[in-house]
Amino acid sequence: MTNDARPRPFRPRLGARLGYALHAGLAANPLYARLAAWLERRPRAYRAFTAAERVTKQELFGCRMCGQCALPATGYTCPMTCPKQLRNGPCGGVSPTGGCEVYPELTCVWVVAIERAEAAGHGTDLDLLHRPIDQRLREQSSWVNYWQGRDDDLWTSAPLLRRELGLQPVGKR
Amino acid sequence: MSLRAAFAAGRFAVTAEIGPPRGADPDAITRKAELLRGWVDAANVTDNQGAHVRMSSLAGSVLAMRAGVEPVMQLTCRDRNRIALQSDLVSAGALGIPNVLLLSGDHPRFGDHPDAAPVFDLDSTQLVATARTMRDEGVLASGREIGARPGWLVGAVENPFAPPRSFRARRLAKKVAAGAEFVQTQYVFDVEVFAAWLARLRDLGVTEKCKVLAGVGPIRSLRVCEFLRSGVPGIHVPDEAERRLRGVPAARVAEEGVSMCVETIQRVAAVPGVAGVHVMAFGYERGVPEILERAGIAPQPAVSMEGLGHAG
Repeated sequence: MTNDARPRPFRPRLGARLGYALHAGLAANPLYARLAAWLERRPRAYRAFTAAERVTKQELFGCRMCGQCALPATGYTCPMTCPKQLRNGPCGGVSPTGGCEVYPELTCVWVVAIERAEAAGHGTDLDLLHRPIDQRLREQSSWVNYWQGRDDDLWTSAPLLRRELGLQPVGKR
Repeated sequence: MSLRAAFAAGRFAVTAEIGPPRGADPDAITRKAELLRGWVDAANVTDNQGAHVRMSSLAGSVLAMRAGVEPVMQLTCRDRNRIALQSDLVSAGALGIPNVLLLSGDHPRFGDHPDAAPVFDLDSTQLVATARTMRDEGVLASGREIGARPGWLVGAVENPFAPPRSFRARRLAKKVAAGAEFVQTQYVFDVEVFAAWLARLRDLGVTEKCKVLAGVGPIRSLRVCEFLRSGVPGIHVPDEAERRLRGVPAARVAEEGVSMCVETIQRVAAVPGVAGVHVMAFGYERGVPEILERAGIAPQPAVSMEGLGHAG
């Protein structure tokens, strides 16, 4: 089972606060958008850039290279390392001690995500509704996709759970 | 009466469960349906439960309908990508299946095909949103229009007892924001934890949009008790319940477990915001009428087959 390539929970090696801080340096801007467009025109540069992203994010977050990064909305804890790749919160099989249903010796990624997001003051992010991922983007650079504005639709823009907002169905794209 | 009618009338709703057989024997469904007919508003037909291969929930639902029991067709994200999920939802609509229950599903690792690909193309919340968009807006996840719209009610599940407990009401609120109209819970053995979760749901305004059915079931032996405590993910059997079962002579454990189930139904029914119960009695379907009767729940008026499938 140790060689099973399927996703398994990964506890991030980077503090959540540092993640939020670093995001400020990576936030989309016109310069990054131009860099991303340039990379996409140069396959070798794109491959090198993507490899660097892969190595960094695998080491820190157990990145699975879905190409559409959820980290900023999940306390910098990767939901794609959940064996069920759930992007909207934990399944019902979490053990009483917070263990993953599928790999009981590992802590559920969502238990970790919720702890980290709340400790960093980002608890309301957890109420965002994440849309289905685009499977075509796997193995692509999520930074390039993000800088190109392709991530704008990954999750709903505001938590819809407070009573005064009502609970509107959000199937709309 | 149907589940939809029970919800509309504000009547205490009762659902049960039918697990389809491993083989191609339609009578296995019919026999279970006949035990439940007249006592429940609807019965869930499980979808390859525990990641073990069974007759499909779609076929099982049709067989249950033929036997006079309204089905709740379970559909998991484990084995199907978004194309197959939407196809099965359309099929359920075409066959007049009045309710669907959408869930992530147990991982194949502990099923009878641990070497299978876990699909999980959508998660349960995304599947609920997809289903509601199909039914209410008549479009697929791709944006393409469908012709005739399906009419099923959209259900979801939640486990109020699994960590992180403080997040469990919010997680259901997400599913309800996505479009879930009713929810069935994991087994309730600890009514206080359940009531606290429900209070949080009321605060969030969830119970105004979504009917909550409390999951219940009898623990009929110490072996099953031990299995539920240690062998099934997400089930919380408090020490008190175990002590009670151990406190009676071996010959009376089954009876005590049934009594505990009856009491749990009565206690959850008194929690504000509970719309009904979901009775899970695997292999003990014959005992469901007795449990309901002792809990003071009257038999349901017979299902009119003509009404099935035209509810939406």
